[in-house]
Amino acid sequence: MNGRLREPPAALKQEEIMDVLLELQEVSKRYGDKIAVDGVSFSAPAGQLFGLLGPNGAGKTSIIRMITTITRPDSGKLFFEGRSLGGRHQSVIGYLPEERGLYKKMYVGEHLIYLGRLKGMDKADARQKAGEWLERFGLSERWGQRVEELSKGLQQQVQFIATVLHRPRLIMLDEPFSGLDPVNAGKLKEEIRGLAQAGAAVILSTHRMEQVEAICQRLVLINQGRTVLEGSLEAVRGRFQQNRYRLQYAAPWAPAADGPYPLLPIGEGEVAVDLPAGHTPNDFLAWAMAAGATVSSFRQDAPSLNDIFIRLVKQP
Amino acid sequence: MTNMMKQLRLIVEREYVTRVRRASFIAATFLTPLAFGVFIAIIHFIFRYESDDALRIAVVDPDHIFGGAIADEKNVYFKLVGEPADSLRSRAVREGDRFPFDAILAAPRAGQVLRKDYQVDYFSDRKLTLDAEPILLERLQGALRRHKIRQLNLKEEELTALDTRLVIRAHPMQPSEDDSSPFAGKIAAAIGVVMGLVMYTTVFIYGMMVMRGVMEEKTNRIVEVMVSSVRPFPLMMGKIIGIGAVGLTQVAVWAVLIPGILLAVNLIFGISPRPDTLPIETVDWNPADAELMIEQIAYDLYQMRWRLILPLFVLYFLGGYFMYAALFAAVGSAMSDDLGEGQSLTIPITIPVVLASYIMLAAIQAPHSTLAVWASIFPLFSPIVMPARLPFDPAWWQVALSLFLLGLTAVALVWLSGRIYRTGILLYGKKVNLMDLLRWMFR
Repeated sequence: MNGRLREPPAALKQEEIMDVLLELQEVSKRYGDKIAVDGVSFSAPAGQLFGLLGPNGAGKTSIIRMITTITRPDSGKLFFEGRSLGGRHQSVIGYLPEERGLYKKMYVGEHLIYLGRLKGMDKADARQKAGEWLERFGLSERWGQRVEELSKGLQQQVQFIATVLHRPRLIMLDEPFSGLDPVNAGKLKEEIRGLAQAGAAVILSTHRMEQVEAICQRLVLINQGRTVLEGSLEAVRGRFQQNRYRLQYAAPWAPAADGPYPLLPIGEGEVAVDLPAGHTPNDFLAWAMAAGATVSSFRQDAPSLNDIFIRLVKQP
Repeated sequence: MTNMMKQLRLIVEREYVTRVRRASFIAATFLTPLAFGVFIAIIHFIFRYESDDALRIAVVDPDHIFGGAIADEKNVYFKLVGEPADSLRSRAVREGDRFPFDAILAAPRAGQVLRKDYQVDYFSDRKLTLDAEPILLERLQGALRRHKIRQLNLKEEELTALDTRLVIRAHPMQPSEDDSSPFAGKIAAAIGVVMGLVMYTTVFIYGMMVMRGVMEEKTNRIVEVMVSSVRPFPLMMGKIIGIGAVGLTQVAVWAVLIPGILLAVNLIFGISPRPDTLPIETVDWNPADAELMIEQIAYDLYQMRWRLILPLFVLYFLGGYFMYAALFAAVGSAMSDDLGEGQSLTIPITIPVVLASYIMLAAIQAPHSTLAVWASIFPLFSPIVMPARLPFDPAWWQVALSLFLLGLTAVALVWLSGRIYRTGILLYGKKVNLMDLLRWMFR
């Protein structure tokens, strides 16, 4: 299990220089006859929010368990700061599983201290940090309550605190917003951003695209155990940029159906157009104005992550 | 390694502290002996309850068998009456409630001294109660005995001398100082049964507790957080050790409280173990015998090789507990949320435990039989069977071999259970059978 220092992989060199914290290289895992993960590679940089996306059953949980050192890959390697990832990294990894769970009979403060100490904190440090975090979430008065006395939402916040209490450098969050009301979800989003800004690599596993779109800088999309897509949010969007534009116009305008551009009506006073090869937006605008349109806005239609996701996952 | 030990200590501490402070633990630990005491007190109270219903008996004794007076008993009053039984009976019928007696006892006639069997007439409209009958019998037998002694011109001592009493004293072939008393065998058996049963119950109660704990962690999903901080093996061992410590605490409290409360019950209610609460046996009970017996029992207890037996008992406890608790942990890890569904997985564990307890009871009867010897060496049975044999001085090689095999098996089973555990705790929504468990062991 000797770690080795590695050169950053070629793919990353092409993009911006990143401080890679976690790297997966051709990682595979099978359970019995079923191949759960099949040669997955990606890198999560420090100081950024990284989205791990995929439909249900894509192999996300298997990947998460390998990242959190709960299981080991059958083949391939995981690296933490260029060194082979192993049990000794448990103290610098924080993990919030999708299925939350705490010891119901323990007191909140006691529980946080216990989990912090298991991660290698000393008692006084764990106590102080737990106090600080509870205060941040406005939960200070819950210190002496039993976990089972808290509402589900509060338990979830306590569990988030337990995940980040020991100042982990790699934070693995599996569907962190599920079950939270919008106010608490927003609060949590801010905290997660803060942790990334403070230098941690935060991996967010979810099937909710808009969450990734809102807060992640990079992402990987997994389907049927394989990497379908990896890169920065902009790069991904750029790659799936279509030649589709939206034109809004002041009514009334009735363009002829047999024109050179196939128009898709979207709503009152708006049409979308897929520009055929060889045509520029200028060509289209010139044609539209010539056809009598009073243009009020014209913009490129960026594909949402959701569209990309659905398009890629649906492919055979 | 030190980090793992630190984590193990933390886990043990949590398992121990969170269990010991639970209301249910405190209740079970402190109320069980109390309930035990209350139960004993109630039982004694019921058996010692004396009827406040007075029974007045007119005794017709024309031949003066009773020698002119009969001692009363509480609530049973005797009065010698000169009137013949028949006339008393007709008076009773005639006077009804005004008749001063509840019953008429016609004493047997004198003569025929060598007769053994007598029939005595007792007239009453009230049933002869279990309270009163032994008193009547005792008075009549005593009176007849004294009457016969007088008639036969015997002396009381001569008659007593005819009653021969025997005890068989067992000695080792080689004369030695620690000569055992006639009770030695019975005491050894009693100690053996107690030790065997303590092993049986602790293995079951605390093994099951380990299983439930593992299941809770799994269904709670906390285990996923735990194994991202700790390896599964120290997690399992921490639970086993922590619950073992809970068990030792509980047993220690009971070991102090139960005798204490029994003593208190004795003092408060004046209940003594002397059989004088059972009137039927009073006839040939000699208090001097009781003192001698207690002395001998104490001596025999003292003579037991405790310095050997107790440490060995602790070793067997540790071996047996770890072996079975680890198996229970493995089964708990394989169970799904549905307790009933997984119950069948516990059968392979409970069968050897139950079998061992039956063999243990047989081993008490014949501690050196082939069955007892080999069962006390076979590691799945030895933690329950060997402690029961220990008071009977088994051959040293048997103890050594048995301990060696137990140690080896315990280590092997803990290791194999750890392998089942680490797979089982992360597996959800799949029904697991025994074959799966075997596969996980060696994967």
